[in-house]
Amino acid sequence: MQQIKWDDPFLIENELSEDEKMVRDAAHAYCQEKLQPRVMKAFRDETFDREIMNEMGEMGLLGPTIPEEFGGPGVNHVAYGLISREVERVDSGYRSAMSVQSSLVMHPIFSYGTEAQKKKFLPRLATGELIGCFGLTEPDAGSDPGGMRTRAKKVDGGYLLTGTKMWITNSPVSDIAVVWAKSDGHDGKIKGFLVERGTKGFSTPKIEGKLSLRASITGEIVLDEAFVPDENLLPGVSGLAGPFGCLNKARYGIAWGVIGAAEFCWHAARQYTLDRKQFGRPLAANQLIQLKLANMMTEITLGLQACLRVGRMMDDDTWAPEAVSLIKRNNCGKSLDIARMARDMHGGNGISEEFHVIRHMVNLETVNTYEGAHDVHALILGRAQTGIQAFS
Amino acid sequence: MKALVAVKRVIDYNVKIRVKADNSGVETQNVKFSMNPFDEIAVEEAVRLKEAGTVTEIVAVSVGPAAASETLRTALAMGADRGILVSSDAEVQPLGVAKLLKALVDKEQPGLVILGKQAIDDDSNQTGQMLAALLGRPQGTFASKLEVGDGALTVTREVDGGLETVSLKLPAVVTTDLRLNEPRYASLPNIMKAKKKPIDTVTAADLGVDVTPRLVTVKVEEPAKRKAGIKVADVAALVDKLKNEAKVI
Repeated sequence: MQQIKWDDPFLIENELSEDEKMVRDAAHAYCQEKLQPRVMKAFRDETFDREIMNEMGEMGLLGPTIPEEFGGPGVNHVAYGLISREVERVDSGYRSAMSVQSSLVMHPIFSYGTEAQKKKFLPRLATGELIGCFGLTEPDAGSDPGGMRTRAKKVDGGYLLTGTKMWITNSPVSDIAVVWAKSDGHDGKIKGFLVERGTKGFSTPKIEGKLSLRASITGEIVLDEAFVPDENLLPGVSGLAGPFGCLNKARYGIAWGVIGAAEFCWHAARQYTLDRKQFGRPLAANQLIQLKLANMMTEITLGLQACLRVGRMMDDDTWAPEAVSLIKRNNCGKSLDIARMARDMHGGNGISEEFHVIRHMVNLETVNTYEGAHDVHALILGRAQTGIQAFS
Repeated sequence: MKALVAVKRVIDYNVKIRVKADNSGVETQNVKFSMNPFDEIAVEEAVRLKEAGTVTEIVAVSVGPAAASETLRTALAMGADRGILVSSDAEVQPLGVAKLLKALVDKEQPGLVILGKQAIDDDSNQTGQMLAALLGRPQGTFASKLEVGDGALTVTREVDGGLETVSLKLPAVVTTDLRLNEPRYASLPNIMKAKKKPIDTVTAADLGVDVTPRLVTVKVEEPAKRKAGIKVADVAALVDKLKNEAKVI
């Protein structure tokens, strides 16, 4: 028996390998020293600093699980999760930009792409020289991506893509877009296409006025008979398995990431209520405050342990997508609650950007919604145990 | 020219230190450890010299328990070529470390030895100086700038009241101050590559060095808590207190 470590009650530190800890420490140092000082202004001005992608590339944070052969460092899924947690400890928007590049752009090219596509795009995406985005969601197809309207028409030497994609992280600054469309050359099945910047009929207007994830850039993808050559078709997958395969990876990273944001809020609320004195004693001396801190500690500790378990399952390939739904849903919902609680515990100061908790709070509203909303993941878990799908 | 860099595993600078209940030392159980920040600067300097073509090989050395190999791994991820762990579970004091390093320097024959000026745990600030004396080599301590010339080394030292520039003949010993450089982050590809770099483990006995501590720690205590100040009514009261109580005027 020994004394509790309040910020790591289950000693998860002892469950990590030497390299996992080194990766985590390197990511932590970069995020705290280079990202944290920029985030307040970026969020206030709703700007995304393109240079961040180059820095992340230099650190090897883009496509961390991609093998060395294609420019990645080839770390395991647990290390990827640890990176995500460190980035999101600063801001969910920065983590989004990184997740999209890693899980939604590099992963599909690596898993479904041709050798030529991998060689052409992956090393440049890993350095951040190229930025990618992922086009699945449409104005009228969110939780039901099968209802997408974007079409690929087979023509000589390639495809003509027409349609609109909505809420696309990185799209206005992207050099390449992974676009999912129903292809008439494949019996109307969903296929993935790599659309390169400069393609005629391809544009990416920025979506202005987001009150969440303001430090990452979001836009549309508008395709008006955009020509994609045959060699830019992702041949390795058909149907919703393609986008869902990517989303599994990204959702896994999100489950870790939100714990980072929640930990920031928890630690901040603990410190604030210890320092702030009212009625002659610290706020933390109140039972109401201690109850909230106890709930934060509990949910974060359990959520983190769950992430590590699913990461180990991914690394030994015993995982199921539903396990990812479980942690994505649980950790996002709980982290959002924790951020709201932390905001409340900061009193009036909680609404100020300088205390950061309200930024995490409004960010997590998005994170709870994107990549499978909280309720939709509940339907996945419901179907997994009853065999009855309740989507339609 | 070969460079030898000494790196120490210390309690991470972010950790809030707790003194053990029996005042025999500080709590180390479940505490985060990392490389001594001044040693990171030493590794960074060696890596920059290697990038500049002055240094051809960097050997990182650590003295400590098996876990100190993690500190060596960090040095390898930053750019050192190989590591040597002098394994010891018992405390090794600065003189012991200096003697161990001397034994390794005799074996490895580096042109330059770079160490942090002090470790942030015991703040001894002795090892580099002792090593230079034992080796009979010139030393440039508290370096804020380092230039390697032909067979010589120009070291700018941070001394009280300004900067002092000294010229040393190689081979030499240098200890780093805070402003020498800003250490790089270990990138993920380099962390993975570092796994393949060799770390040799030796013991003090292998090197024929006696590291029995010469100093005894009597007691470790928390720094005294600062007492709250007082407000004085007027200037006359202040002058009176300065004159009669503090006795400074």
